[in-house]
Amino acid sequence: MRNVLLNPSARQIIIAKATLFIVGLLPLARLVWLGVNDGLGANPIEFITHFTGTWTLVGLLTTLSITPLRKISGWNWLIRLRRMLGLFAFFYACLHFTTYIWLDQFFDMQMVVKDVIKRPFITVGFLAFVLLIPLALTSTNAMMKRLGGKKWQRLHRLIYAIAVLGVVHYWWLVKKDITQPLIYALVLAVLLGIRLVFKAQIRIPVVMPKHNPE
Amino acid sequence: MLIKKADVLKAADVTPYEIYLQRRDFLRAGSALAVSALLPGVAEATTRLSGIVSSPYSTSEEKTPYKDVTTYNNYYEFGTDKSDPAENAQGLRTRPWTISVEGAVKRPKVWDIDALLKAFPIEERIYRLRCVEGWSMVIPWEGFALANLIRQVEPTGSARYVEFTTLHDPAQMPGQRSSVLNWPYTEGLRLDEAMHPLTILAVGLYGQTLPNQNGAPVRLVVPWKYGFKSAKSIVRIRFVEQQPKTAWGRAAPSEYGFYSNVNPQVDHPRWSQARERRIGEFFKRKTEMFNGYGEQVAQLYQGMDLRKNF
Ligand code: HEM
Repeated sequence: MRNVLLNPSARQIIIAKATLFIVGLLPLARLVWLGVNDGLGANPIEFITHFTGTWTLVGLLTTLSITPLRKISGWNWLIRLRRMLGLFAFFYACLHFTTYIWLDQFFDMQMVVKDVIKRPFITVGFLAFVLLIPLALTSTNAMMKRLGGKKWQRLHRLIYAIAVLGVVHYWWLVKKDITQPLIYALVLAVLLGIRLVFKAQIRIPVVMPKHNPE
Repeated sequence: MLIKKADVLKAADVTPYEIYLQRRDFLRAGSALAVSALLPGVAEATTRLSGIVSSPYSTSEEKTPYKDVTTYNNYYEFGTDKSDPAENAQGLRTRPWTISVEGAVKRPKVWDIDALLKAFPIEERIYRLRCVEGWSMVIPWEGFALANLIRQVEPTGSARYVEFTTLHDPAQMPGQRSSVLNWPYTEGLRLDEAMHPLTILAVGLYGQTLPNQNGAPVRLVVPWKYGFKSAKSIVRIRFVEQQPKTAWGRAAPSEYGFYSNVNPQVDHPRWSQARERRIGEFFKRKTEMFNGYGEQVAQLYQGMDLRKNF
């Protein structure tokens, strides 16, 4: 009998992807449901901004958790969910940005430009969003081939910077209570820290070849 | 000009929705009181205020619905989310309650809240409220000019500022168990600001006593300053010579100055103050100098650099 979690069949992977697709849309469904049922509170635009911002960040961190999870569990197929997670992060980032441009500023571009230049928290959020665009554009198999594995990987390392900028964006926008951004910062630190540990472990046999059995 | 005399016709023209809400609240208050008689100290609901007179200082702008005024609150003593105070403030006991008026005064006095409620005629003051975060409301407060109380205690010559202190009781105020701010919450005004006829001590809103999440049983309302200047659930009013330290000023001196007058030209270091979103409206509107009360208060700041004294 094959172990489903270690080595799922092609069909099982399709099911996993379909499930993830639906799960990824649940936050949006909840937002729409709240909107229809007068559940967005006294300041709906602020609610939508915070909601979509939060899910962008959750999406980014979930994407970043795939590699560590895969290495720890040995479930290598998880890598096949990573693109969709990344694209969901981008999707919620687009909603977040649209909320800001449309609902919050109502296409007052002068105001938007001023905000992006003058408000550090907007500056870093904007930078994170802009950096996400090339990653989304090069997420297809065709683009991956065109760039070649090495180049593609180097480009997609931008995700680390994007996640850091996302957390900084959150940290700088709260008035005083940094509990929430701190939690996200810690999760991000763990996700990035694990990578360093893995890197160090891989190097050990190279540095000390005498431990290798002949 | 934005401030108009309360229009008599308009006042009689109250929207049925509010009356409905108030009646419903009244009924709910009744049943809640019955319950709280069985459980002393728990869930003191609001009760109707009587004998309210209207005021020429009221605006005729559309009022923010009762529900929004009482569920979207910044009151860190009960949590930092806007919805926290409505959820967590219900355990606050507002009786017995005393307010100590002290410091540089000839006749200091410890007021019992029920005596204070009867001491001065209660006026309705429909004021704009502008939060430092960039949103605003229009709230029908009930209260009386702080100047009434100040005259009674006769400040001495060395009384140049007034300091307000909020209750400090982590058992009742769960937010105080974390150190987001330096508790207790304190605020301050210059004596002439405190004496200004627009400055009130509010004891109610929408014709009812204050809900706990709005600062029961008594709070300050200074409509030309950002909302956080208006200290809630006050237990002490002290007259002092030196400019008092304020809770937000201690937390972030570069962001929250002592004056904190609403000023569209002076941005918060991290966001713009040029516009605001009136709760319930889609488009942002321009923020007015002194929140639209410039005609009444601008002379208080004549010759001052409001960029420096933000
Ligand atoms: C990858 C990019 C981004 C991430 C991860 C992100 C994340 C977040 C998060 C987590 C919040 C706070 C949510 C909360 O308080 O519950 C937020 C708020 C906000 N974000 Fe972003 N954001 C991003 C990009 C942007 C961009 C491009 C803009 C605008 C140009 C923007 C504008 C805002 C605004 C205006 C707020 C609300 C601020 C407030 O209420 O004071 N964000 N964002």
